[in-house]
Amino acid sequence: MLSDTDRIFTNLYGLQEWGLDAARSRGDWDGTKDILAKGRDWIIDEVKASGLRGRGGAGFPAGLKWSFMPKESTGKPHYLVVNADESEPGTCKDRDILRHDPHKLIEGCLVAGFAMGANAAYIYVRGEFYREAAILDAAVQQAYDAGLIGGDACGSGYDFDIYVHRGAGAYICGEETALLESLEGKKGQPRIKPPFPANMGLYGCPTTINNVETISVAPTICRRSASWFASLGRENNTGTKVFCISGHVNNPCNVEEEMGIPLRELIDKHAGGVRGGWENLKAVIPGGSSVPCLPKSICDDILMDFDSLREVKSGLGTAAVIVMDQSTDIIAAIARLSKFYKHESCGQCTPCREGTGWMWRVMERLVTGDAEIEEIDMLLDVSYEIEGHTICALGDAAAWPVQGVIRHFRDEIEDRIKMRRSKTAA
Amino acid sequence: MKDQTKTFVFDTDSAELVEKHIAKYPDGQKASAVMPLLDIAQRQCGGWLPREAMDHIAGLLDMAPIRVYEVVSFYEMYHDKPRGKHELRVCTTTPCWLRGSTEILMACEKELGCKVGETSEDGIFTLSEFECLGACVNAPIIWVDDDYYEDLDPENTRKLIQALRKGEKPEPGTTVQRHKSAPAGGLTTLTGSGG
Repeated sequence: MLSDTDRIFTNLYGLQEWGLDAARSRGDWDGTKDILAKGRDWIIDEVKASGLRGRGGAGFPAGLKWSFMPKESTGKPHYLVVNADESEPGTCKDRDILRHDPHKLIEGCLVAGFAMGANAAYIYVRGEFYREAAILDAAVQQAYDAGLIGGDACGSGYDFDIYVHRGAGAYICGEETALLESLEGKKGQPRIKPPFPANMGLYGCPTTINNVETISVAPTICRRSASWFASLGRENNTGTKVFCISGHVNNPCNVEEEMGIPLRELIDKHAGGVRGGWENLKAVIPGGSSVPCLPKSICDDILMDFDSLREVKSGLGTAAVIVMDQSTDIIAAIARLSKFYKHESCGQCTPCREGTGWMWRVMERLVTGDAEIEEIDMLLDVSYEIEGHTICALGDAAAWPVQGVIRHFRDEIEDRIKMRRSKTAA
Repeated sequence: MKDQTKTFVFDTDSAELVEKHIAKYPDGQKASAVMPLLDIAQRQCGGWLPREAMDHIAGLLDMAPIRVYEVVSFYEMYHDKPRGKHELRVCTTTPCWLRGSTEILMACEKELGCKVGETSEDGIFTLSEFECLGACVNAPIIWVDDDYYEDLDPENTRKLIQALRKGEKPEPGTTVQRHKSAPAGGLTTLTGSGG
């Protein structure tokens, strides 16, 4: 198990104050000027060497992403945009960083922003997190007052502003280009890529969008070294990760653990085990609602990292672990997610706008068994027609849970159809 | 609340906030402030946005009014019709559903005497079903105005509504013995022992 001394989010639960003095006592803002003095390339190389992969779901190498920003000024402002629109069902880790460790994020904005040559950062917080945004706002003000950000940030000679922007309830704004549209005062509808944000992002300027957790770990990596971070987890899946364990466990919780921890150990050690014991487990959605569920047989020995979960056709996603015990109607659980995606589709692309509603309606019939056996394959076919055929990944995210439940629980779906048929016949 | 359906201007407190928010965005990008301004206007108007407020904001930000209406209709948190005094929003997405949000919703409907999407007869509560609120390890959750009430069961849901009806403001956050998102059974990490 990860040692407390190797944990980055030492105030994850808010047992201490969130303010600047307390943050400093936890090591934040320690030697930030020295980090900046090592230069842009040093920071990017260090983050690359640490193996840090984006914590928002896709797992793209963070240092590499930062290096896509123009090396020289384009004459326009350059921006860092932080995605704090945390809305992926099962996920509630960024909320804890915002409300309990906001200075980790603010210092991270400066370090990452400096490394990519950004002039300012906008932090886009989901509208529902009203209290969290208020704390972040107050922490940003503390940082300004202490000269840590703003003109000559930390005495580095670098000017860097940070602004907090609240959303207003739209899952799609967690998609990076939809977030930019929203930040520009428009409906949050994803943009076609290319152009990629690194060339043409916010207001048409070079922009990098990163998740809260990704940015928040950057200063600690620079302080403690890339090799320290890379020594945790395994190759290509390094570091620590905040996991959110929800659903049918005895003690649902957030916890920072080492990447690659066995799923069973994660649940047993931190969440008090599956309700009714491990043998009572039915399935787990290991990385937020968008990733396919896994049956108990796979959960028994799966490791929680990007590559392990990909090998079993699921994903680490946001590391939101949704646990379902034997009492769960798994078809209904996934049908509820289909309803979620239908509700959150922005309506721009036909396959997603029409397909998410269509999949939901079929899923609802599968819940009651009011369907033909052949419709299972038809549903699967339609899901593949949605996947990969839309501007953004919401279409994929809607298709994957449906594919997962058919892959692993087809028998149960068929049984329900047969049972209804025999009842109707009787 | 005075009738603001005829004309709308930001009051003094709001106007100060409006300036602060507009200043966050670069010159020529005032439209970025449309979301915060709508939020400020909605709060000033008692939880909804009369057409006049949207038009006023459009004028302030040099936006075509239709662009503002579009934003209002796109995002879940803006309302173009009057609402109850308190917004009661029950999360029913899968992580909350697994932990009994169906029963929470039923308890709300019973206690309020109205259905999802309706306002209670006394005008105090508007009940809605909401997609994932992002506090899943504290499920099930109800979002009341600006605060989350967490780890609910039907009984303390009823008590919460009764207290709000009386004009009380119960302490937000978890309703069981635990600290925020930490496990209820006691800390497994960050114990201060280094291990």
